[in-house]
Order: sequence, then structure tokens, then C-alpha cells
Amino acid sequence: MGARLLGHALRSQVSAALKEGRVTPTELCQRCLALIKSTKFLNAYITVTEETALKQAEESEKRRKRGQPLGILDGIPIAVKDNFNTAGIETTCASNMLKGYISPYNATVVQKLLDQGAVLLGKTNLDEFAMGSGSTDGVFGPVRNPWSYSKQYKEKSVPKSHSEDEEYNWVITGGSSGGSAAAVSSFTCFAALGSDTGGSTRNPAAHCGVVGLKPTYGLISRHGLIPLVNSMDVPGILTRCVDDAAVLLGSLAGHDPKDSTTIQDDFKPFELPDLPDVSKLSIGIPKEYHAPGLSSEILSLWSKAADLFKNAGAKVVEVSLPHTRYSIVCYHVLCTAEVASNMARFDGLEYGHRSDVKDSTESMYAATRREGFNDVVRGRILSGNYFLLKQNYEKYFVKAQKVRRLIANDFGKVFGSGVDILLTPTTLSDAVPYTEFIQEDNRTRSAQDDILTQAANMAGLPAINVPTALSERGLPVGLQFIGRSFQEKQLLTVAKWFEKQVQFPVIQLEEAERHDNGVFQHQKSASFS
Amino acid sequence: MRVLSLGRWLRAGRVPPREPASRPSGHRHSGHRPQGPPQELPQGPSQVPPQKVSVEVLEHLEHLALVDFRDSEGVERLQKAIQFADQLHEVNTDGVEPMDSVLEDRCLYLREDDVTEGNCTKELLENARETVEEYFVAPPGNIPLVKLEGQKTFLQGSK
Repeated sequence: MGARLLGHALRSQVSAALKEGRVTPTELCQRCLALIKSTKFLNAYITVTEETALKQAEESEKRRKRGQPLGILDGIPIAVKDNFNTAGIETTCASNMLKGYISPYNATVVQKLLDQGAVLLGKTNLDEFAMGSGSTDGVFGPVRNPWSYSKQYKEKSVPKSHSEDEEYNWVITGGSSGGSAAAVSSFTCFAALGSDTGGSTRNPAAHCGVVGLKPTYGLISRHGLIPLVNSMDVPGILTRCVDDAAVLLGSLAGHDPKDSTTIQDDFKPFELPDLPDVSKLSIGIPKEYHAPGLSSEILSLWSKAADLFKNAGAKVVEVSLPHTRYSIVCYHVLCTAEVASNMARFDGLEYGHRSDVKDSTESMYAATRREGFNDVVRGRILSGNYFLLKQNYEKYFVKAQKVRRLIANDFGKVFGSGVDILLTPTTLSDAVPYTEFIQEDNRTRSAQDDILTQAANMAGLPAINVPTALSERGLPVGLQFIGRSFQEKQLLTVAKWFEKQVQFPVIQLEEAERHDNGVFQHQKSASFS
Repeated sequence: MRVLSLGRWLRAGRVPPREPASRPSGHRHSGHRPQGPPQELPQGPSQVPPQKVSVEVLEHLEHLALVDFRDSEGVERLQKAIQFADQLHEVNTDGVEPMDSVLEDRCLYLREDDVTEGNCTKELLENARETVEEYFVAPPGNIPLVKLEGQKTFLQGSK
């Protein structure tokens, strides 16, 4: 099968193609925009910035013609989750509260990407204010997992009439960065930004079969990322291979004077070795991550992965993170408390939705917030305020902060004992059909789905989902690696080694193939089999 | 070559896992769904008896949050949230300091108190719905929420 242009890996292929002039930035941009149109049913994008994207592509082309590209990202189409501010472009957080809100500035990470010539295709869909684990609770509707329409999934589905199949069998992307994951997975862009507070980048990455990186807290600037939980949020990176994640990380990491929670250490962008070596490493398998409800398929894959490392000479040991089961409860309290504070800024006065109620300031605020927020957001604000009441502050908020320390200490002890990387599942199962997912409410779902990803946010550690294999239903399953703080190079090296071992299959999407047909004959892809 | 020590605990399994599909797999676990909620997942009722939230507290919360419960479902959701959070009390945190930030061992960055940007009044006012010259316009203040006619919250309506 001839390698497809839009399915290319960023660093090893499409960037080279741009450099050598085998494809122009404008052509690339046009193809992506056309594919976005024909995959509109996925509902991955809230805003498509066609005009500005084409302009950016034109500028990139001029630069490349002059032999002065800004770097490896010059001309590369990317997408950004709609909770990052983008100057002159609507930023909604998939909420009525911010419908029509045009950001007056670029988030630092967006600015960095634009400064390097990346082409911004649009803003992707999410759960309202990034609260959720399905990308189903935004005002623009749910995002559909591109794998629902893949040959691999359709082949395994119980045969029904064709239209019924697609309408009722489609599976969720996971969340809350589902739009970004779907955008990367369906080839409409080469990389996308997400955010990760409890697993919001890694969860959809696992369900959509893409690489999802959560960097160490403090490595990448949060300036311009509309905050959910200030002490846990990080911008997330979604790409189709680990090398590309390293490229994005290199462009985004580093101290930002506008975000005082970014560390001041110098960050040196790195390239990963072509032939990573894991034989000198110690891989920890935390037993508590064998959580109730973990599917036997994933359990088996996890076990096989451990074997892979052992056979390669790595030391594989069972470890314990005893407070894992309290992580989700702790998160519940700290998250709702910080949310209650962060959502207080939405009062209708300076930006966003404003109610018509004029009787008093407070009634206007209350009506605005009633009209602007969905039940999930409102529920979290109320819970958060409860935990912050004077009579509850010590009992809940401070208590949760203490438990947080215990969770972080668990990791500290394990890494201190000589373990370099932890290997765990990312999700409990493969993606479920939308009709099944919505049977439970948002809070229950989040509590179930975040269980394997949440603790890394608690401790601020870097973690990455690597697509591993297809489930029996033909859907992606990923495994997670958690590393030591600020040791992304080691983490990504291990992830790259693992990626090479598992050779995760390429999605066979009819729409993508139609757009890419036979135009680009190229040597075999470096990262796909 | 198998990793025997890991294999033992990974394959033994504590709780019967959920089977994703009906096709026979090569795995040792037989396919059956767990009966009822799994024991280890902290979702069941906690040791502390559930406390009922008084109407006064609910009203106070609505006032503080400027968000209403809308209906009884909202109140129930809060009760469940509190019940869920009560599991924290199972953990012994004697002598443990609360953690504010994972970066607590580092010095927070403080930049020089110099003006480096600004002059963006026009852009900032553009996003506001009601403005007069360079002011954001708000309805009259200092009027408590509860004294308004016709604007009853769900809780007041149910009294």
C-alpha cells in the first residue's frame, strides 16, 4: 500500500517532504481542510479556521521557497483544543458561557507553535470546560471516535443494516480532549494540543489509537489555557508517533514569565535515539493498577508488555502505590474546590454570556451562570463550594491535600528505590458505544475512567499513552508509562522502544483513503507497519 | 520466557474482570461480568454515616456559588458527592502536611514589577456586552439575591 501523505509521521516524513519540496504547505493545508469537511460527522472540530490557515500556509510556502523555514514545524497543520485562547478566533470551551467569545490573545503554547510556522486548522471539541471523560458533554454535541468507521471495527461488528450500524454503534473518543484525539487519529492534522488534568489527554489517546503525552507539571506554560485545576492542569500533546511528541515537546517546553508555575530550569529539546535501549532500565508494575473492572484483554496486553521488557534485558519488578485507590476521591475534592474558584470569573460582565436579567448584580450573575453552565459544571461548583465552607475546610479540602502528599510520596518511594519507569494500563477497557456511555452520569463515568490516569496528575509526573494493539472489537487499546519528574527524555525513549515493538496498525478509514489516493508515492513509513 | 512472579499476580486477579466481547479469547480468565459494584473501587458507601445537608446550608451554597441546584436531582448529586468524598476519612494522615503544589521545593518565579504590556483597553472591552465609554456596566449592586420578587430558587419554592 503506498504510504499516504496525510498519514505520515511529522518528523520523519511530512517535514522531510516539505523540505524537499515534494509537497507544498498550501497543498498540505488544503488536503487537511478537505478531509475535515468530509469527516464532519466526527464532530471533532468546533471551529475550522480555513482562511487564516491558508494564509499561514501561504506564508510558510514563501519562507520555504526562500530557503528560510522557521523549523521542523513550518507549514505543518495542527489543531488546538478549544480551551486554549487563540487570538481573533472564537474560544468556547464547548460551553454556552463562552459562545461568541473571541480571545484577545494567544495562549503561550499556541503562540509558540505559530512562531514556528505551524498552520492552525481549527479548535477541537471537548467536554464542557474539560470536565468529563467522554467528550460527550459539550454544547456542540459529542465527538465520534474515527475508529467507529474503520474497516477494523466494522469487520468485528455484529452485522446489521449499514446505516443502523453506523448510527447506533459508534463509540466515544474518551475525554476530555476527544476532538483533538479524533483529529489526529483521522489524519486531519499531524499533531494537536489537548489538556490533561485527570487523564484528559491520555484517555482519548488510548481510545483513538494515538500517542498522548502528559508532560511534567511546570514544564509547559499554562498561560492562556482556561484553567480547571490550577495545581494539576497541563497542556497535553497528541500525535501519531512518539518521535512527533518529542518534536512538539521541544517546541513548547520551557519557562514562561507569564506563568509563574513553570520551572526556571533550562529545557534542552532532544531527539530520541533511533534504536532505543531498555536493557539497563528498571520497569515497575504497580499492583494497585490492576483495578476492578480492568478488562481481561488489557490485563493480558499489560502482562505481555512486561514480558517484552524482561526479554529485552530490563529489570521488571512489581511495586506498590498503596494510596492509589484514594486518588480518585482526593481528586474529586481538590478538583471541585479549584473549579469552584476558577469558575467564579464567569459572571457575564467582562466577557462571555450575559443574562438579560437587570434587577441586581447578583441576580444577573446567578442567571448568567444558570444559563451558561451545564449541569456537570454547576454540580462541580456546588460541590466545591461545599468542601470549602468554613466548617468543612479542614475536614475535606485540607484532608485531601494531605492525602495528595501521601499519593505523591508513594511515587517518590518507588522511584527512589531504583525504578525508572512505571508501566500500567491507560483505560479499563476499549471505547464503549455512546449509547452505553450515557447510561451513567458524568461524575460516575469520570470516577471510573480516570482511575488509572489520575494519580500522575496528583503527583505532577509525566505520563504517556502508547497505542498497543486492537481489542477483539477492533478498537485501540493503549498502555501507559509514567516517569520521574522532568525526565521526559527517558520516558519518551522507553515509549519509542515500546512503540517499535508493538507495531500498532494504521487505521483504515475510507474517507482518508479517498483524499490521499495514489498521489504520494513514498518509501515505507518509519513508524507504522 | 515468562515473567513468573509477575505472571502469578497479574493472572490471579482479585475481582472478576469485565469481558469486552463474546468471542472466546485465549486468556485464562473466563468471561463473566462482576456482580454488583466491585469491592475495592471507592464508590460504595463509606464508613462515616451519610450526613444530610440542611436547607440552610443548601441556600448558603447557592448564594456563595451564585449557581442554583435547579431541582432535587441537583441536591441528590451533592449528597452523593459528599458521600464519595467521605472516603477520605479512612486514610490516616496524622503528621502529614497538606500539599499545595507539586513544585513546593522550588521558589516561585516572580518577575520584576515593570510594565511590559498593556494599552489594550479597546480589545478587552470588545468582549463585554454592556459598556459605557471605558467602563463595564453592571446592574445595581448591594441587593441580596433572596429579596428579589419572582426570582425564587428551587429551594425557596419547595419550602
